[in-house]
Amino acid sequence: MNPLRQYLDFYDANAELIAAHAAPVLNDRRPEARAALREATLPAKGAPGYDIQGIDTLFEPDYGINASRLSIAADTLEPFRCEVPNLSTWLGFQVNDSYIDGSMRQLPDGVMVGSLGDAAREFPDVVARHYARIAPLDDAQVALSTLLAQDGICIYVPRGVKLAKPVQIVNILSGNVPIMASRRLLIVIDDDAEAQLLLCDHTQSSAPAMLINEVVEVAVGARAALHIYDLEQSTPATRRVASLWARQAEGSSLHHGTVTLTNGITRNNLHVAACGNDTETRLLGLAIAKERQVVDNHTTLVHQGLRGRSNQLFKYFVGDEGRGSFIGRVKVAPGAAKVEAYQSNKNIVATATARVHSKPELEIYCDDVKCSHGSSTGQLDADAIFYMRQRGIPEAMARMMLVQAFLSDVTDAIDIPALATRLRQLTEQRLGNVKALCGDCKADCHNPINPKQ
Amino acid sequence: MTTDNNKPTPPDSAGIINDVTSSDYKWGFTTDIATDIIPVGLNEEVVRTISRLKGEPEWLLQFRLDAFKRWEKMTMPRWAHLEIPPIDFQAISYYAAPRQRKAPGSLDDIDPEMKRTFDRLGIPLEEQKALSGMAVDAVMDSVSVRTTYREKLAELGIIFCSISEAVKEYPDLVQRYLGKVVSSRDNFFAALNSAVFSDGSFVYIPKGVRCPMELSTYFRINASGTGQFERTLIVADDDSYVSYLEGCTAPMRDENQLHAAIVEIIAETRAEVKYSTVQNWYPGDKEGRGGVYNFVTKRGLCRGDHSKISWTQVETGSAITWKYPGCVLAGDGSIGEFYSVAVTNNHQQADTGTKMIHLGNNTRSTIVSKGISAGRSQNSYRGQVHVAAKARGCRNYTQCDSLLLGDSCGAHTFPYIDVHNDTAVVEHEATTSKINEDQIFYCNQRGIPTEDAIGLIVNGYAKEVMQKLPMEFAVEAQKLLQITLEGSIG
Amino acid sequence: MLQINNLHASIEGKEILRGIDLTVNAGEVHAIMGPNGSGKSTLSAVLTGNPQYTVTEGTVSFGGKDLLAMPPEQRAHEGLFLSFQYPVEIPGVSMTNFMRAALNEKRKYHGQEPVSATEFLRLMREKRAVVELDNRLASRSVNEGFSGGEKKRNEIFQMAMLEPRLSILDETDSGLDIDALRIVAAGVNQLKTADNATIVITHYQRLLDYIRPDFVHVLYKGRIVRTGGPELALELEEKGYDWIKEELDDR
Repeated sequence: MNPLRQYLDFYDANAELIAAHAAPVLNDRRPEARAALREATLPAKGAPGYDIQGIDTLFEPDYGINASRLSIAADTLEPFRCEVPNLSTWLGFQVNDSYIDGSMRQLPDGVMVGSLGDAAREFPDVVARHYARIAPLDDAQVALSTLLAQDGICIYVPRGVKLAKPVQIVNILSGNVPIMASRRLLIVIDDDAEAQLLLCDHTQSSAPAMLINEVVEVAVGARAALHIYDLEQSTPATRRVASLWARQAEGSSLHHGTVTLTNGITRNNLHVAACGNDTETRLLGLAIAKERQVVDNHTTLVHQGLRGRSNQLFKYFVGDEGRGSFIGRVKVAPGAAKVEAYQSNKNIVATATARVHSKPELEIYCDDVKCSHGSSTGQLDADAIFYMRQRGIPEAMARMMLVQAFLSDVTDAIDIPALATRLRQLTEQRLGNVKALCGDCKADCHNPINPKQ
Repeated sequence: MTTDNNKPTPPDSAGIINDVTSSDYKWGFTTDIATDIIPVGLNEEVVRTISRLKGEPEWLLQFRLDAFKRWEKMTMPRWAHLEIPPIDFQAISYYAAPRQRKAPGSLDDIDPEMKRTFDRLGIPLEEQKALSGMAVDAVMDSVSVRTTYREKLAELGIIFCSISEAVKEYPDLVQRYLGKVVSSRDNFFAALNSAVFSDGSFVYIPKGVRCPMELSTYFRINASGTGQFERTLIVADDDSYVSYLEGCTAPMRDENQLHAAIVEIIAETRAEVKYSTVQNWYPGDKEGRGGVYNFVTKRGLCRGDHSKISWTQVETGSAITWKYPGCVLAGDGSIGEFYSVAVTNNHQQADTGTKMIHLGNNTRSTIVSKGISAGRSQNSYRGQVHVAAKARGCRNYTQCDSLLLGDSCGAHTFPYIDVHNDTAVVEHEATTSKINEDQIFYCNQRGIPTEDAIGLIVNGYAKEVMQKLPMEFAVEAQKLLQITLEGSIG
Repeated sequence: MLQINNLHASIEGKEILRGIDLTVNAGEVHAIMGPNGSGKSTLSAVLTGNPQYTVTEGTVSFGGKDLLAMPPEQRAHEGLFLSFQYPVEIPGVSMTNFMRAALNEKRKYHGQEPVSATEFLRLMREKRAVVELDNRLASRSVNEGFSGGEKKRNEIFQMAMLEPRLSILDETDSGLDIDALRIVAAGVNQLKTADNATIVITHYQRLLDYIRPDFVHVLYKGRIVRTGGPELALELEEKGYDWIKEELDDR
């Protein structure tokens, strides 16, 4: 059975209730979304781009939808295990799909971080121009989100404003029964503005399955810069289907990092349209898939302008019965001359039951380009392990140090130093025995600005 | 002493290029010989007719009918990065045979017109004129015309004949191996071929024999409105070796001709098979009219331990090419290789690559693919590397490079990499870039015209693959690259 | 200190060592020479416990303990050090982290506290001087981007850090120019005491001009076929290995 059916039936029965608890600007897009879903299906395993994991089955369970927007309790202190030491941020929370303010009130004038509903009142043009317009409704996941979303978060940085510290949104998926949350995020960075955004994903739930259906829309203005780091530390019961749709104007810069440390089944789609000339794009990915984790990242980067530069680096460590998948497509449109695009996917398969699927793709319609991609899948270097053991380092620690070294290309490329440091610690913890490595050592050797000499 | 400062002597390969720069598709003539063609259309009766015309045993008819029933239920694949106009499979004649008085036992029985055709193609059917060290099976339209050096090879126990003859003379061998590597279930065109295949070559190399000469099949589509569905089966028994070459051309015709072949290779323990193709079917004209649709399934099975199958292909022809010569590496320590140069110009489309399926322990595969796109063509590499969960210690290395000449063409790379265990090492690297203008200018400065310079650079770029070809083919393949790219730089 | 009795070892089923007997006492320097493929590097790999090799027969005792029963890291902790013929590059692992882990694991094995950060850095500085290793190299990833000479000096630097009882220098002279050779040799000599011992594996006499051996052994086809004093090395330098091969192969 088409798993969309239950959602369409739910919508048709509750359209008024849904609309009553949402801003008009969100409601305006529902009829088109409903029409788009008439013939649509959610991609199944085997559909193009869904080689190892379809998303149709993730939507199959009977999830609850909080259409009347009852307040759901969540512990906003507990997720502070994701706190980043030495990093001051403007903080906000999102419980399922409801925004809860932290420290955003101190933001500079004209900058908005708040609920989509509030944003729609404050900056109606901005929201109406972009909401459910950057993300295409002919994508079934986007259409479904647009059909059911009742709120979300809007981040708006007006022309020329450069935020002094990162905005941090802590997402908490909460509920004691299976719940689907339609999470929307709209990020508009006007011309010459700059912002850094840190997203943290957590689940507080004892339910057997929780589903996030997330759509992030991003507009980066001319010469603007946006860095987004998205860190998932959820639970085995969490299913996350997240798509990001970004448009980059002339001379803009977009850096995006996806880090998956703990999760259940995750599908991240990143669609970046480098529309203007002279854009710069960097997509980073780091995944540790152990136990039965599934991490499936898919990037589509389309260069439409001249002289675009892009670089993608995705590294996976898969162990136990984990599964990692990377499908990355770089497309250079006709006429997009002088583009330089690079893409690299490297994987370590640590156990006989882990699996990796890698599909880096180049689709080039312009001759004056320099594009390359590489993919390698293998194990830790046996010679290096022996060399380390000969120096007295036990095998398990040698392996850990090598995995950490393997992942360090990604963490080193993160341009918020305090976050990079924190991620090194988190990956170490996730990989196992952090204590064994550091002992009582006081040297701050994980900080990239050190080692002290 | 005379001086000739303004025109330095071009290097050797430029000399080759100069020979051919004036010509278009020079193999585009037709041969006026009597041909038996069965009416267009495909149904069970047609399949039965083909089998009857060829005097086949019951099991083979059944093989065809099974495939036909399967094909009827299938639809044409759509997943490749190709724009394929709808093909009316009922508008094609599935059997065309040059009319001969009797089976071509001796050279005198062959129509002199046909002999001239193969002479013009540079494939003399007389053994004394033939390239030294190469035995040829010449196939026109649906049937094998003549196989040279059969007797000499037979002394070593090597069987080299048309597959139709093999069905009659070595039915057990054919039945044992036919369809075992490429099943009629495999894909739409494999099913079609299995139902209607007309002829092709059969090779059997007995245990411990190194085939002393290159074996070669030359395919020629002549009749209009027909498809060519040949089938090649190569079996290399334990500890044997054979190098096999395949060449092909077709006349220039406005309509599209369909070529849907199957090649199956089986390498037993420690056997080695080297399969080289220079594919030069008619690519259509500059506006993209006509040309051959080349939808081919080629696969080798390294069944024995430490066996090796190596594919080398130079693809310059066809309006649309769709082929992925692959290796199933079942035997422990077996080796698969794929070396490819694919050149597309004008409106050509190529979607080609390989599949390396690692099933045995310590199997190794190497893939080197060089794509060159010009004009308004689209050139895709599509390749799969699969390492099964039980295959320990496997290695793959893939390098695929694309070169773009002109701003209206496309070059694409679609690798599929699946690793299901923790002992495999799989590496893939790809680059796409335009031809280096500094190199062209350097050549210009030395007095080499741009078109020749491109020929030189492209030949250099493709060298890694070209040098895998047997000598006789390498020279021809070099010429082909140049001809295909003619006029690609405006 | 080290006692090897009738040691046999193979790789992928091929027997390389065919009965080695060798005794090394504290304070001694032994040179093991021999033509290519005689098993010199295999001996160092087997003694340090490289998992690619299988010991098929024989015993090795090190400081009275069964060496072959220990995993490679324990052999290191017991004081066995190998200067690799081809030091391994380990991208992403800094020399500092690497050395600290090695040193502290050894200390832990001997029931000692980890070194403090200051003490560790002081040690690093002090030991770098032994082989004139640049500060810059110590802050890089292990052996990554090091020249051939730098890699060999880095090996001796690590030896200085870990203060082994028995060091095996496997073709440490290969690929070194004369200046680097002198620095490396001087480093080794500086570390020499009456309590430790050295095995120098080399193809040429050259290194032995700088590191004077007490004993010279010739290894051929997996066995020690000749043992002598330093003069044996000179004889080999003069006459090559062929005369030994001929003598033995004739038998």
